[in-house]
Amino acid sequence: MSGFSDWWHFFFPGASGLNITISPGVLFHLGPLPVTTTLILQLVVIALICSVMISARVHWQKIPSKFQVVIEWLVMAVYNQVQGITGNHERTRKIFPLAFCLFTFILVANLLTLFPGLGAISYGNINLFRSVLADYSMILVMTLIVIITCQVAFIMTNGLGKYLKKFFNFSSPIAFFLGLMDVVGELAKILSLSFRLFGNVFAGDVLMAVVTALLPYFIPFPFFALTTFSSVIQAYVFALLSTIFINSSLDVVES
Amino acid sequence: MEVEGLKALAAGLCMGLGAWGPAIAEGYVGGQALKAIGRNPEAGDKISGLVFVLMAVCESTGIYALVVSLIILFT
Repeated sequence: MSGFSDWWHFFFPGASGLNITISPGVLFHLGPLPVTTTLILQLVVIALICSVMISARVHWQKIPSKFQVVIEWLVMAVYNQVQGITGNHERTRKIFPLAFCLFTFILVANLLTLFPGLGAISYGNINLFRSVLADYSMILVMTLIVIITCQVAFIMTNGLGKYLKKFFNFSSPIAFFLGLMDVVGELAKILSLSFRLFGNVFAGDVLMAVVTALLPYFIPFPFFALTTFSSVIQAYVFALLSTIFINSSLDVVES
Repeated sequence: MEVEGLKALAAGLCMGLGAWGPAIAEGYVGGQALKAIGRNPEAGDKISGLVFVLMAVCESTGIYALVVSLIILFT
């Protein structure tokens, strides 16, 4: 039996001891700040996206190459989705950069770690290729960017007075109570948006690890397909929901 | 009972009770969307885009349960 398990560990070093942790592994400390594997991988993802996009821009041609067609298709697909929500080209041009940025980042970050075998590479006890978005602090920052953009967009279109009046309305007891509910609503937005993405990505990772550890051949395939599908859908949903939030906060409120 | 056993029980209960609500909600969303597409096939593209968003919204309570049970299990 021990021979079997040695053989098992040789082929599946990542699956041998299911070390699943909520927090990512810390590589080293930079002063008081811990540098985690997800931070490094996140920089890799950003460098990847930037280099692809910049090289597409530098080699821009009137008669597009195959590579340029793919990039144009991606940009136009996201643009049309945002346009479908806003219905207004001027507004779409304001929201599009953030939506596109979020979409491509989540997409690339999710798909990069699905590369077979990467999960097995580890340094000491730390999994080096932990999914970037399986780190809650990363997702919390992304969500905070979206929610703060919503608040700023509301203040820019409606003014500070109306912004404060939305939350603290003393005209009647019911309006006051509804204003307090709005405060809770804004905080709940942060939680729901961030937990949705974190839960899906982290659950995908755990699911893959558990299934691969239990039955390494053929059986993980449908789960792998499901995880790939859900990582694309999550990128779409996160970008779309943040577009909807920002779009609704750009509406002019009638007093 | 030991703490480990209680943890496993809590995670199982959390996930099991937390999963049926979103399951019903997503089934309802999907069913209604299919009904709408069947009635008006031209609107299919618009509806299928919305379905993903609405399913993600329905799913969120299930995801909360999942996050809680994962935290119970792995911390």
